[in-house]
Amino acid sequence: MTSAIECPRVGLFATCIVDVIRPRIGFAAVKLLEEAGCVVEVPERQTCCGQPAFNSGATKQTAALARQFIDQFEAFDYIVVPSGSCAAMIKAHYCEALADDHEWLERATTIAAKTWELMSFLDEVRGYRPVGIELEATATYHDSCSGLRELGILEQPRRLLKAVDKLKLQPLPGNDVCCGFGGTFCVKYSAISNAIVGEKAEAIDGTGAGLLLGGDLGCLMNMAGKLSRSGSKVRVMHAAEVIAGMGDGPAIGEEE
Amino acid sequence: MQVGMTSFKARAKSALADATLKTAIDRTAGNAETKRATAVGEFPQFDAARRRGRKIKDHVIANLEHYLTQFERNAIASGAKVHWARTSQEASRIVIDICKAANAKSVTRSKSMLGEEIGLPHALEAAGIERVETDLAEHIVQLADETPSHIVWPAMHKTREQVAELFKSQHQELPASDAIPDLVESARKDLRRKFLNADVGISGANFLIADTGAICTVTNEGNAELTTTPPKVHIVTAGIEKLVPSLGHAFMLLRLLVRSATGGDFTQYTTFHCGPKRPEDADGPEEFHIVLVDNGRTKMRRELPEMLRCIRCGACMNHCVVYRQIGGHAYGATYPGPMGSVLTPVLDGLKQSRELPHACTLNGKCAEVCPVEIPLPSLLRGWRERSWKEGLEPVTVRAGIGGWAFVARRPGLYHMATAIAVRLMRLFKRGGRIAWMPFAGGWTEYRDLPAPPKKTFINAYHASRRGAKP
Ligand code: SF4
Repeated sequence: MTSAIECPRVGLFATCIVDVIRPRIGFAAVKLLEEAGCVVEVPERQTCCGQPAFNSGATKQTAALARQFIDQFEAFDYIVVPSGSCAAMIKAHYCEALADDHEWLERATTIAAKTWELMSFLDEVRGYRPVGIELEATATYHDSCSGLRELGILEQPRRLLKAVDKLKLQPLPGNDVCCGFGGTFCVKYSAISNAIVGEKAEAIDGTGAGLLLGGDLGCLMNMAGKLSRSGSKVRVMHAAEVIAGMGDGPAIGEEE
Repeated sequence: MQVGMTSFKARAKSALADATLKTAIDRTAGNAETKRATAVGEFPQFDAARRRGRKIKDHVIANLEHYLTQFERNAIASGAKVHWARTSQEASRIVIDICKAANAKSVTRSKSMLGEEIGLPHALEAAGIERVETDLAEHIVQLADETPSHIVWPAMHKTREQVAELFKSQHQELPASDAIPDLVESARKDLRRKFLNADVGISGANFLIADTGAICTVTNEGNAELTTTPPKVHIVTAGIEKLVPSLGHAFMLLRLLVRSATGGDFTQYTTFHCGPKRPEDADGPEEFHIVLVDNGRTKMRRELPEMLRCIRCGACMNHCVVYRQIGGHAYGATYPGPMGSVLTPVLDGLKQSRELPHACTLNGKCAEVCPVEIPLPSLLRGWRERSWKEGLEPVTVRAGIGGWAFVARRPGLYHMATAIAVRLMRLFKRGGRIAWMPFAGGWTEYRDLPAPPKKTFINAYHASRRGAKP
């Protein structure tokens, strides 16, 4: 454990898509954080980190959303996010978005230092391992780009998943190749995105695994949507769900 | 290049429909990707070398005036004539004037992306001068009346089988088979005699070496030598960012360039040219001209200095998921792929090319492999910001992002809106999925959308907490 804080107060930022599309990931995160000894709070007024505005070049809107986020979350010891790309937005890009404003830049820097992606927080900060969790399945893992390249998330989720009994992990060829999601890219350039995720779906199918895991819902929705459209039987879940022992529930796109 | 006729999306769409194109791209780029990975793996100091390479380029760019003056002085001392061109038009006019003064009927050219950038092939044709391409891939592109689709492999978009067809229909010496050696032999026989008859040879430069005034070219076919040695006049066209302080620096960068481009340890041919033929030399050109081209680079030095580090290795496009699907031509510009999408707005104007910086998932792989650590995703995002500021983004995008951000900044309203969105989405669900929904066509045309459960996480979580602790 690298943290000196015994029971840190953690603000969970669920992210806007988890909030709407897959609340189970939010509940899994709460459960895991509590088991890892944290006092979890879910600020009720949270909305979005501003990533769509940032990647669209809308600097004013980005800065406004960054300020709102900082206001809502800066009092916590840690801010934890079940998404590499949203965590990277806060950790790596708020400072860019608020670079022109001295006071806010300082606050952005402070919040960046205590913001963590869920898997890396559990693994690196809390030294957490799931105990008594079991899932009989063969899974493969896709490493989403922002988490991998901006935050260095690669081994953390694998270490956590290895502690899940009966779960076999099968390597995915091209695990670090973009799935073609890219936020607004996947609808603006849907034909290109489709071609990219088509190749990804083939690679996933080719592993023979029955379950695809990852750490970013956007990418998982993209791959799950393509897999099911092309008739694949591979089920898709966020790794946190499996680690929290919720792996026997409905996968993405299955009836609740 | 033939931009303007169709939109980026239309070009991308027809590229996506071309299965042969995909085969061609994957063969070459896939091979390059694998070989690069091996080469980098066998070079334990690669990261240190990248940092060093980046520092060399940054230093030169910061002290460009100094090194340009030094290079010019030394090049002149070696007997070269140095010309300065501010724009692409100026650059190709200078080249054409030199060709005319030499009474040239035929010129040989060795592959140079700068030549493409300044529109040299077209300018030569307009001046009625025969252009013979010595690079095999450029020869293919010329026969097919196309433009390069990759900065290292101009004919990447063609399969071996397509090249065989092309040679059979256009060469006097027909290839004996579709095997690569036979294709090369056919091209060699067709081209050799033309090489020897050329009046002027035009090449690019990989490096301009300031402390000697020499230029360095690298190829794998030895074709640059055929361009630069037999003709009486040799013209080098080079962007001013090609400068390096000394030979040692050039070698340092070469180690990065070759590994990143082809995965080799070194190029087959690495040649240094310093001035025209001296009395004691066995061969060489009588006149040696160097055309130093700005064409937006001085402006880039202020606005986009990192991009001037680019050594044109092509690794960013080989590793780009978008390039790998659509190939180079769909970009509709001289330079394709990630580096092209950063450069094209400088060269062609942002208004014309605003789609390119958007046609990227910002996955960061390009920056990871770039041998001089150019933060390509940040630079692309920078263009998006510029485009937004200058009002170039379509109204629908502005309204969409603007409206969404307006709501997201008002948490009460936002949570009402998400509750409504959930209800609307659920109207279209079949089982756990949505196969079609209005305003979501970009998604549902190709993929299913998971249906949201009845309550959002925030609602469900706080409702359960209130229930638990009344
Ligand atoms: S941007 Fe980097 S990777 Fe791309 S061509 Fe230039 S040097 Fe190579």
